[in-house]
Amino acid sequence: MANLAMREAYGRALADYGAANPRVVALDADTASSTLSNFFEKRFPQRFFNFGIAEPCMIDAAVGFALAGMVPFANAFAALAALRALEQVRTCVCYARTNVKIASSYAGVSDFKDGPTHHAITDIAVMRSLPEMTVIVPADGSEAAAFVPLIAEFDGPVYFRLNRAATLQVSQPGETLCIGKGIVRRQGQDVAIIACGSMAGRSMQAAGSLASQGIQARVIEIHTIKPIDRDMILQAAAGTGAVVTAEEHTVIGGLGSAVAGVLAAGRPVPLAMVGIHDAFARTGPDPESIMDACGMAVADIVNAALSVINRKKA
Amino acid sequence: MKSYDKSLIADLEAKANYLRRQSLAMIYHRQAGHPGGCLSAADIVAALYFNILRIDPARPVWEDRDRFILSKGHASALLYSALACRGYFPESDLEHWGELACHLQGHPDRLKTPGVDMTSGILGHGIAIGLGLSLAARLQKRDYHTYVLLGDGECQGGIVWEGINACAKFNPGNLTAIVDYNDVQLDGAVHDIMPMEPFADKWRAFRWEVINIGGHDMRAILSAIEEAKSIKQRPVVIIARTVKGKGVSFMENKAQWHGIPPDKEQYEAAIAELTGEGG
Repeated sequence: MANLAMREAYGRALADYGAANPRVVALDADTASSTLSNFFEKRFPQRFFNFGIAEPCMIDAAVGFALAGMVPFANAFAALAALRALEQVRTCVCYARTNVKIASSYAGVSDFKDGPTHHAITDIAVMRSLPEMTVIVPADGSEAAAFVPLIAEFDGPVYFRLNRAATLQVSQPGETLCIGKGIVRRQGQDVAIIACGSMAGRSMQAAGSLASQGIQARVIEIHTIKPIDRDMILQAAAGTGAVVTAEEHTVIGGLGSAVAGVLAAGRPVPLAMVGIHDAFARTGPDPESIMDACGMAVADIVNAALSVINRKKA
Repeated sequence: MKSYDKSLIADLEAKANYLRRQSLAMIYHRQAGHPGGCLSAADIVAALYFNILRIDPARPVWEDRDRFILSKGHASALLYSALACRGYFPESDLEHWGELACHLQGHPDRLKTPGVDMTSGILGHGIAIGLGLSLAARLQKRDYHTYVLLGDGECQGGIVWEGINACAKFNPGNLTAIVDYNDVQLDGAVHDIMPMEPFADKWRAFRWEVINIGGHDMRAILSAIEEAKSIKQRPVVIIARTVKGKGVSFMENKAQWHGIPPDKEQYEAAIAELTGEGG
């Protein structure tokens, strides 16, 4: 597949999968032409439900569909799905363990035009803390599309975190994805860069830059933040002795915190986290500029790698 | 109003009083729970579980069963009493409510207790969840009906009105809301804490059909539910005027009995009153 905008890859994949699985219904909260759940709407108008700007109601209705054995994909802006509807998600999706799939679009700083009100930089932290919730962050459009059937056929609540735009392509055609299994995107033994979402591609660029300095970085993509691939992370720590995490999210409670927990319990090594450091981001001309300005530049990953390598030597 | 067989009504009234006594016994035994809202909703729940609902306790997850969502989940003792009496689990489980090894949670948990269609306890979710269930039934061409029981205080929350609004759009035709309108909440009278009147007009403004009844009149309850099922052009709410603490004189209309268990003397006095009413 060409490197589509992640939302478009997702929207087309959901519509395609809807043909194969009549139990799938799609819900949206007046964002169907943004999340691109409207691909599904056009093909299956009877199985599409727009709840207007009322994300909590949409999530509760999705719970009802799930109770009846349907497979609801509830689409919304991540900022609202993971905040305004959080109590619904906690109580009625997670605690009641209903088979609801939350397709959370415009995550991270995707919505560069509108600024921090519509950024979602705490959603991984929030969703990861909820018992029963599986958290999946695809790195590019191809992965976003490939995850749709896997998530639909997975039994239990899923938070599926999607970017609006195209991200740097990291996946290979025809590769197999498995929920809960990390992917080694690049081999290396000097440092491990563990990344999710849009930061996977940036981590590959950082690894290229490090290679020109004679440093071999292993790049690991962790698309499933929970349950996290402990074994792969511990192997990377053992094999490199220094770890950097990279995420389009606050470093409080996100991928970095998840990896830190695994390392602290299993194999403590120097660790640096690349992400947003306890701040709100800002409006900008595109997501990339905001990421560059808010601590998520390729150079930030490179510098973090150099610092953990130095700490390893100390 | 349709005429009902006298013995049916007497039997359902006796069941309601039995559920009141069982709920109070549970709350007294555990020294925790919400007596006022169990007593106010007992007639409605008795009508549903012993006459209206198409259910089979031997098959708690039967796909074609009617669904009941206790949106006011703090009345869990009442629901548990009804489920046990219908045979979903032994009545002897009721005295273990709240113990670590017991399936009966403080608030209803669909994963632990057979017969509980949906987990509840945090107020406000029932209508929107019921809407999803109802729309799914329509897609699946199943003819089950979904009933949602909520409290009047619960209707102070915005999520309730999101659900009400969405029901008007989708009009599933197989969903009935029932409000246990007892005008008492934790901190005092609903009309003082956050007035909801004109309550029926608010539902009507959201394009619902409203049926007003006395919520302790068994004939009226049965008749209203039948009428509600026959109305297809709009979603229907039955607003049942009830008395918080109904049946126990010293608990009636008193906010302090929202979530406080009786002591021994109070419990015995309450049971004596409820037994005296012919239950």
